Amino acid sequence: MSDKIPVTVLTGYLGAGKTTLLNRILTEPHGKKFAVIVNEFGEIGIDNDLVVGADEEVFEMNNGCICCTVRGDLIRIIEGLMKRKGKFDAIIVETTGLADPAPVAQTFFVDEDVSARARLDAVITVVDARWLKDQLKDAPEVKNQIAFADVIVLNKIDLVSAEELSDVEKNIRAINAYATIHKTIRSAVSLDAVLGKNAFDLDRILDIAPEFLEDVHVHHDEAIQSVALTLPGDIDPEKFMPWINEFTQVEGPNILRCKGILSFKNEPKRFVFQGVHMILDGDLQRDWKPDEVRQSKMVFIGHKLNRAAIEKAVEACRA
Amino acid sequence: MSEAQESLTQRVEPLTAGSHVIAARFLGDDPLLVLADGGIVFGMEGARVEPHGEAAILVAAVDDDILLTGGDDGKLIATKADQSSTVLGDEKGRWIDAVAIGPSGSIAWSTGKKVVARDGKGGRKEWSAPTTAQGLAFAPKGYRLAVSHYNGASLWFPNTEGKPEVKEWKGSHLDTTFSPDGRFLVTSMQENTLHGWRLSDGKDMRMSGYPSKTRSFSWSQDGHWLATSGADAAIIWPFKDKDGPMGKAPRECGVRHSKVSAVSFHPKALVVAIGYEDSCILLCRLTDGAELLVRPAVPNDGKVTSMGWSKQGNRMVFGTEEGRAGVLTLP
Repeated sequence: MSDKIPVTVLTGYLGAGKTTLLNRILTEPHGKKFAVIVNEFGEIGIDNDLVVGADEEVFEMNNGCICCTVRGDLIRIIEGLMKRKGKFDAIIVETTGLADPAPVAQTFFVDEDVSARARLDAVITVVDARWLKDQLKDAPEVKNQIAFADVIVLNKIDLVSAEELSDVEKNIRAINAYATIHKTIRSAVSLDAVLGKNAFDLDRILDIAPEFLEDVHVHHDEAIQSVALTLPGDIDPEKFMPWINEFTQVEGPNILRCKGILSFKNEPKRFVFQGVHMILDGDLQRDWKPDEVRQSKMVFIGHKLNRAAIEKAVEACRA
Repeated sequence: MSEAQESLTQRVEPLTAGSHVIAARFLGDDPLLVLADGGIVFGMEGARVEPHGEAAILVAAVDDDILLTGGDDGKLIATKADQSSTVLGDEKGRWIDAVAIGPSGSIAWSTGKKVVARDGKGGRKEWSAPTTAQGLAFAPKGYRLAVSHYNGASLWFPNTEGKPEVKEWKGSHLDTTFSPDGRFLVTSMQENTLHGWRLSDGKDMRMSGYPSKTRSFSWSQDGHWLATSGADAAIIWPFKDKDGPMGKAPRECGVRHSKVSAVSFHPKALVVAIGYEDSCILLCRLTDGAELLVRPAVPNDGKVTSMGWSKQGNRMVFGTEEGRAGVLTLP
C-alpha cells in the first residue's frame, strides 16, 4: 500500500481559490514532483512540468449499483501516467467548481487498475469565506464538496468580520463536523496541512472536540448532516460487517461518505474502513498500541440520515 | 499446476528496453520496441531514436513497414524501418489516446472526443465522437473506422458525409477490433466483459466472466479464433460459424496462477503466445493445448505488455512493464 502513488483531490466552488492553492503547493520548496490533472487545460497558468488536461467525463458503472459513477478520463490519464513511473511522486486532481466529488473519489475504489497503483490521500475543499452563505443557498455542489472534504481550506478570511467568520465556520460544521479546517488568506496554508494526510488515518479527524457536536445539533443543516459515533470496547465483525454492507446498499444514495476505525474482538489490529455512497473499502491496519483505549469510532455524512437508528444498529454490533 | 513444460527459454535473447514497453513488434525483418520514455529501439543491436523528443509515447500501432506512435506531446509520428520519422499530426499537447493503421496507407488517431482519419494520399477528415474515443480499429476492407466510446461504438466512413452508424450498448467501451472477415466488431469494457456485434444484423453478443479488464486481443490467422487477456488463462472465443461465439463456450489456454496481460497469435499456425502479469510467457497450441515455456516468471519484471511475431512466424519479440524484453527464435 505504501508504494501506491498518493492522490490529492482539490475541489471548491468557482472563485474560491483552488488554483491559487494549487500553485502554492507546486511552488513551495518541497523537492517533490507532482503530476497535475486539471479540468480547464491551459486556461490558467499552472507552474508545473507535468500538467494533464481532463474532460471530466463521468460514467455510470454498469454494475447494478445506481450511484456508482466514475471519471472515465481519470482512469485513462492515470493509466498513462503510470507508464512514466519515477517522473513524479504524487498526483493532484483539480476538479471544476461545479463538480460532484463522488465520481472522482469512487474512481479510486472502483477501478482495479487505478486502485492497484494509486490511493486517494485526501479530498481538499477550498471554501470562500465571503460568499459561502449565498452559495449554500444557490449551489448544491458546494454542500457536496464540503461534505466530501477531509480538509477544508477556509479562504479569504480577510474579507469577513470575526462574527461572519464564526458563522461561516458553523455553516461548514453543520455539513461536515469532522474535516480539519484551515483559515487562510490567499490560500496560504502549509503543505503538510494539505498533503500526505492519508485520509485513512482518521484518528485526528475523529478526535475533534465534542463541543463541535453541540454546534452541529444547533445549526443543523436540513440537507446534509454528519452522524458520528464512538463505541467503547469491541465490536463483533460477524454482526457489524453484514450490517454496514446492507446499510450502505440500502442508504447508499444518501450516504456521501463514511469512515471508521473499529476495534474487532480478538483482533490485535485496527480495522479501518471508508466509503463513498454504496462503495466500501476497508482492511486491517496497524496494531492497537498498548496504551490505546480500544474503542470504535465512525462517521457518516449524508442526506436524511437517521441518527437514532444508526446508533441503535451499531450498538447491536457490540461483541 | 505443472510448470515443467517443455522449454524454449534457451532460445530467448535479451533486448535492452529499460522503460515500460508500449509495443513489441517486428518492423520489416527486425524486432522493434516502443518505449513509454519516448525511445524507439530497432533490431538486436538496439539503435535508439526519439522522434517525440523528451515526451512520452502513450500508444503505438505497427503494420508491415510502418510504426505509428502517439505521445503526450500531442504528436502523431510515423517511423519507418530505416529509422526516419514524419510528423503526421499535432494536437498541441493534448494526449493521443488511440491510434490505428488501416488498409492502403490509411491511419487514424484520437484525442478526447476528436477523431482524425487520414487516407493513404494524405486527405484528412475529422469527426467528434459523442464521448471520448477510447479505441480505434479500421475495418479490414474499405475505408471504415470503428470508434469505441461510452455506451457503444460508432462506425464511421470518413469519406462520406452521412452520420456514423452507432452500435449502442450501455457502459464504457475501451478497445475495439474487427474480425478479419469484417463480420464482427468486438469491444472490451470497463465492466470486465467483452461486447460484440454481428454487423450484418446488429445482433449483440456478450462475452463475460472475466475477473479483470481485457486489454489485449489477437485474431488467429484464419480469423476463426479471438484470443483475449484478462483472466487466469487466455480466453479464446470461436468466430468461425455464422453466429460467432453466440451460445458457445470459449477455449481456455495456459491456465496459471497469474492473470494474462497480453496475447498474440502466431501468423501461420494455431499457436498463441500468452504473456502474464508475473512476466511469464507460454506458447500454447490450440489443437491439443500443449504448452511451451518461453520465459519463466521473474519477480519484479512486471507484466508482459506486448508481444509480436515476425512475418514468417519464426521469431517473436516481447516486452514488459518494467522494461524487460527479448526475442524468441523458434527451432
